[in-house]
Amino acid sequence: MVKKAMNTVYTMWLREMLRFWRSKSRIIGALATPLFFLVILGTGFSSVFQFRGGGTVNIGFFAPGFIGMTILFSSLLGGVSIIWDREFGFLKEILIAPVSRFFVALGKAVGGVTTSLIQGVLIMVIAWFIGVKYVSFLGVLAAIVVMFLSGIGFIGLGIALASKIDSHEGFQMVMSFLTMPLVLLSGAFFPISKLPPWLSILVYANPLTYGVEALRWYLLGNSTIQVELCVAVLVLFALAMTGLGGKMFEKTSV
Amino acid sequence: MDFAIETDRITKKFGDITAVNNISIEVGTGELFGLLGPNGAGKTTLISMLSTMIEPTAGSAKVWGFDVGRESSKVRQNIGMVFQDTTLDDRLTGRENLDLHGRLYGLDSKTRKKRIAEVLSLVELADRADAIVKTYSGGMMRRLEIARGLMHHPHVLFLDEPTLGLDPQTRTHIWEYIRTLNKEEGVTIVLTTHYMEEADHLCGRIAIIDNGEIVALDTPEALKEMLGGDVITLEAERREDTTRLSEVYKNNGCVCIVSLKGNEVFITVREGERQIPHVLALASDAGIPIRSVSLRKPTLDDVFLHHTGKAIRDKEVSEVEQVRYKIQTRRK
Repeated sequence: MVKKAMNTVYTMWLREMLRFWRSKSRIIGALATPLFFLVILGTGFSSVFQFRGGGTVNIGFFAPGFIGMTILFSSLLGGVSIIWDREFGFLKEILIAPVSRFFVALGKAVGGVTTSLIQGVLIMVIAWFIGVKYVSFLGVLAAIVVMFLSGIGFIGLGIALASKIDSHEGFQMVMSFLTMPLVLLSGAFFPISKLPPWLSILVYANPLTYGVEALRWYLLGNSTIQVELCVAVLVLFALAMTGLGGKMFEKTSV
Repeated sequence: MDFAIETDRITKKFGDITAVNNISIEVGTGELFGLLGPNGAGKTTLISMLSTMIEPTAGSAKVWGFDVGRESSKVRQNIGMVFQDTTLDDRLTGRENLDLHGRLYGLDSKTRKKRIAEVLSLVELADRADAIVKTYSGGMMRRLEIARGLMHHPHVLFLDEPTLGLDPQTRTHIWEYIRTLNKEEGVTIVLTTHYMEEADHLCGRIAIIDNGEIVALDTPEALKEMLGGDVITLEAERREDTTRLSEVYKNNGCVCIVSLKGNEVFITVREGERQIPHVLALASDAGIPIRSVSLRKPTLDDVFLHHTGKAIRDKEVSEVEQVRYKIQTRRK
């Protein structure tokens, strides 16, 4: 039973890996966007902005934000890719197999989070090469765990959405109405310590905020929200979304 | 086990449209069984229920002895399915598609390797196995899908319109694979088709479906036999001779049905090819000049026409629209 479940998860993971490996252009594309942001936006911002009460913004401030953004994009995309599987038919092959759909969804999630992690880690390494200083090696390892938790959460969300959406148009909607607000309201691009109340509520209601804040703590050694709280929120988010995604996928049809 | 498949008044409704209505059939182990009918007749819906893809609204079905509702996992382990549209992962190679399938069905690595080689050689794809599926032709994809459906040694294989959209040469090839599978591997096969020739060539027994119901079920020969035999068409030189000509046949005690249309006289008779000399001799004895004579064996098309009052091809257009309507209502 357990062996069969593990086998299902592994098979789905393997498929994601094979696909990821085949789509070199996707890897480059996935890395290019945040890198442009990081280098250009980061450099541009740090040349003009100053925090209220002193201190300049440096490029390092943006690194966790862009890692968070990369994780969000790639994992949501990983989850929502079920829409593609439906459109191109492969979903039928999975749904007719004598395996538990929950573990199929879990395998898909683990596969998606692996590709997210590869991209997140690459951004982290490149940022280090261009001069961002991380506090410790342990911090870097902890940051990877944070990426994993956020990734699983957003993939779960993606799977849940994809189980309900049955068209490309729906997918475009989700991507524009979900990803942009999530990124903009996450503190990836601005400090969240002195926001007006209305904005503050939205930022604190956003799971990505906790991911970015936790990354900021582990990588740079400072954060506005306490890191324990961040991790607790992320664990809950990951568990809840995995459960939701798995449940919704069990009910999906082709 | 007596039957590979048994359905008991199985029914599927989409909203107020009844796609499959009270169908009870039995398919024996090792049979090559065809579901023939126009698009939208309910063939795909029926095999979707048998393959546990959708649940019946009413009634029940057993596949390889397992209930499709309560024991769907066991049913799935015992069946292979080739869908109408491609369900391959076109970013992966053929071999990878087969390998993933084997893993999902719990085959160990040694078995997978052996079986992949077997099914690839069966569908003659061994030389292209390591190419990305995207580069395959339509016929190659269909062959790979059949190979994949066989990976886990299913007892029952469902093929939904296996040669739809393929060129005649590829179609003949696929027929050969299907026959080989049925004969040599002893797989029970259920296929749907709206090609008369396909059902006729391949299937041991055929169920003709129209509007969600089975209107006839028998071997292709018996279905055609029911129509009373072959049709000999005689074209008279002069129209006024036709009535006399038909009288000649009726009075000569031939076991046949005679009808007229324009210059032509149609004689329905068994073993038509043997009757032609006799028929011509009678005409010449009566001094009636004949311009031409032709013989037509009844096709399943005629059988379909006989049972439904419609030719299968006339229905195509309206059925496509009906399917479209069904899809729309299902989304609501």
